[in-house]
Amino acid sequence: MKRFAKGLLTASVLAFGLMTAGCGGDSALGGGGNAVSGDTVKVGLLHSLSGTMAISETSVRDAEKLAIDEINASGGVLGKKIEIVEEDGASDPQIFAEKAKKLFQRDRVATVFGCWTSASRKAVKPVVESANGLLWYPVQYEGMEASKNIMYMGAAPNQQIVPAIDFLLKAGKKKMFLVGSDYVFPQTANRIVKAQLAASGGECVGEEYTPMGHTDYATIISKIRAAKPDVIVNTLNGDSNVAFFKQLKDAGISADTISVMSFSIAEEEVKGIGAQNIVGDLVSWNYYETTATPANEKFVAAYKKVYGEDRVTDDPIEAAYDAVYLWKAAVEKAGSFDVEAVRKAAADIAFDAPEGDVKIDGENQHLYKRVRIGKVNANGLIDEVSVTEPIKPDPFLATYEWAKGLASE
Amino acid sequence: MDALTILFNGISLSSILLLAALGLAITFGLMGIINMAHGEFIMVGAYTTYVVQKALGSVLGDAYFFVSIVLAFLVAALFGVALEVLVIRRLYGRATDSLLATWGVSLILQQLARSIFGAPNVNVVAPAFLGGSLELLGVTMSYKRLFILLLVGAALALVLAILYKTEFGRRMRACIQNREMAACLGIRTKRIDCMTFALGSGLAGVAGCALTLLGSIGPTLGTSYIVDTFMVVVLGGVGKLIGTIAGAVLIGVAGTVLEWVATASIAKAAVLFLVVLFLQKKPQGLFALRTRALD
Repeated sequence: MKRFAKGLLTASVLAFGLMTAGCGGDSALGGGGNAVSGDTVKVGLLHSLSGTMAISETSVRDAEKLAIDEINASGGVLGKKIEIVEEDGASDPQIFAEKAKKLFQRDRVATVFGCWTSASRKAVKPVVESANGLLWYPVQYEGMEASKNIMYMGAAPNQQIVPAIDFLLKAGKKKMFLVGSDYVFPQTANRIVKAQLAASGGECVGEEYTPMGHTDYATIISKIRAAKPDVIVNTLNGDSNVAFFKQLKDAGISADTISVMSFSIAEEEVKGIGAQNIVGDLVSWNYYETTATPANEKFVAAYKKVYGEDRVTDDPIEAAYDAVYLWKAAVEKAGSFDVEAVRKAAADIAFDAPEGDVKIDGENQHLYKRVRIGKVNANGLIDEVSVTEPIKPDPFLATYEWAKGLASE
Repeated sequence: MDALTILFNGISLSSILLLAALGLAITFGLMGIINMAHGEFIMVGAYTTYVVQKALGSVLGDAYFFVSIVLAFLVAALFGVALEVLVIRRLYGRATDSLLATWGVSLILQQLARSIFGAPNVNVVAPAFLGGSLELLGVTMSYKRLFILLLVGAALALVLAILYKTEFGRRMRACIQNREMAACLGIRTKRIDCMTFALGSGLAGVAGCALTLLGSIGPTLGTSYIVDTFMVVVLGGVGKLIGTIAGAVLIGVAGTVLEWVATASIAKAAVLFLVVLFLQKKPQGLFALRTRALD
């Protein structure tokens, strides 16, 4: 026991020493110090490969690997081959933070591609900021954030939520029922939706949140029936969606009675829900597998060739793929892997992505993106209903009069 | 809205809870084994349904579902036998150890499902005859929920029949009441334990099969039910089947009513709070088991 305690003590002193050494090194070398060795450069991948979020994050990781393999096959970045250091965030924000610390301090990676849930991003944010590293975040989110150490590849609220509500209002659907999972994204998203509805003559006739992993929607469906909305705005996340749509259909509510507009359901999720349970319902994203661009044809073919014909691509998968290429472009423009130089170089970098050309906004480090409203078809794919020109990202909704006060709340 | 809708929703939720907890009422309630992998046996049943549909759906049509109920029982029971023989048998009387060991097994089974079927959810197409719903007295009752009610009734009847009408059931009860005495009288207690555990696990498989009608089929399906099922059994009173029924009805109806007047998150927390409060006053649960064996 005594020996064990002593060993533990030595180990912790060692670990502490390593950590402080890591920190010192970071500030001196600007983060990318030891990332490059010989003819390779280390990058970190940090997603949940186990736990409830593995369902979504595994595919995103696959897309990042695909992009890295493609880049390595065509000569690498600045002549260096990319070496992957992979960690499992295990669907737990705390573990995300620990693993991020490990990636930045021990592995000294040049950059990290990772996270999915807002909770995991918020947990990693202080780590990446204190290490002055760079995190490429692939998912649409609730906005109200712009860290100089994070590159946001997904839609800001004005590139997903706001246009979707606009679309519904224009279609004459004014009475909305909001259903979401009980955590930060749905709550913030719905605050935005309610402010927008109040400003533009819509009406929120109900708002319900369920715990993550909730499986029984009978009561909420009864409440929806009683409220008689024109449309249901759905921000449920994960497995709950399957239960919600299956039970909605059995209650006789489908796209031709009360349609659903979802913000967290893409092609990957449609497969689990079953196309027959959600056909005809609406979603809002920047990219679908069916998006007709030459770059997308190539991307979809490459993804299916590597991971199997039965796999689908969707918005976060595509955004994760873009992230790797945008990082490469920024590094090449900077001529260095140094985080400070890469971030400066990233402003206005454009990439001919599968979703069409995207461009990094130098100010808030989000992307200019097109918004596409889509409708789920019987094959489980999503058909584009309407598309906009590239929209400037506005994570704090600063350009919307009605959104004043949302950011500070 | 109307009391009738709330009542039906409550009873329906109760029946789902009861179905998920029935197996646990046997393995935990009667045998006293804390099996954290119970939820994963539910998952095994759900994936069995998925495989049966993939393999036989085109041949049998909607009848595949009845085949999969039987197969889900058998496959989950097999998993149960394996767990009993490999892990639990060695840990009888060591509650904390078996808790940790079976929790480990549950993680292994989740990862196994992920490796075999992939991380994303899979989809089971429910039989067409269970689609839609019945409107009665202004209450919308989906056929799937009615079917689950029937299934729970049947499973319950079967368990009671086995327990009280068969030779196996008599031996089972003998083992539970007084293991040494039963062994003296020539009952092979180890074998009975194994079969009892298999029965409980098999029932979890049936629950998994039924749950494919309502929810998602993914590696973590079981984790959403494990807390609720233990709560049902503990509230009802460990060792009493009637207690499990009462526990399920109470939690289901209370949860639904609370969700109706408040929100789902609050309902979940409030039910948990009420159960804790109740168990403070009455640690034995709703129905106390009076036996010398459990002192």
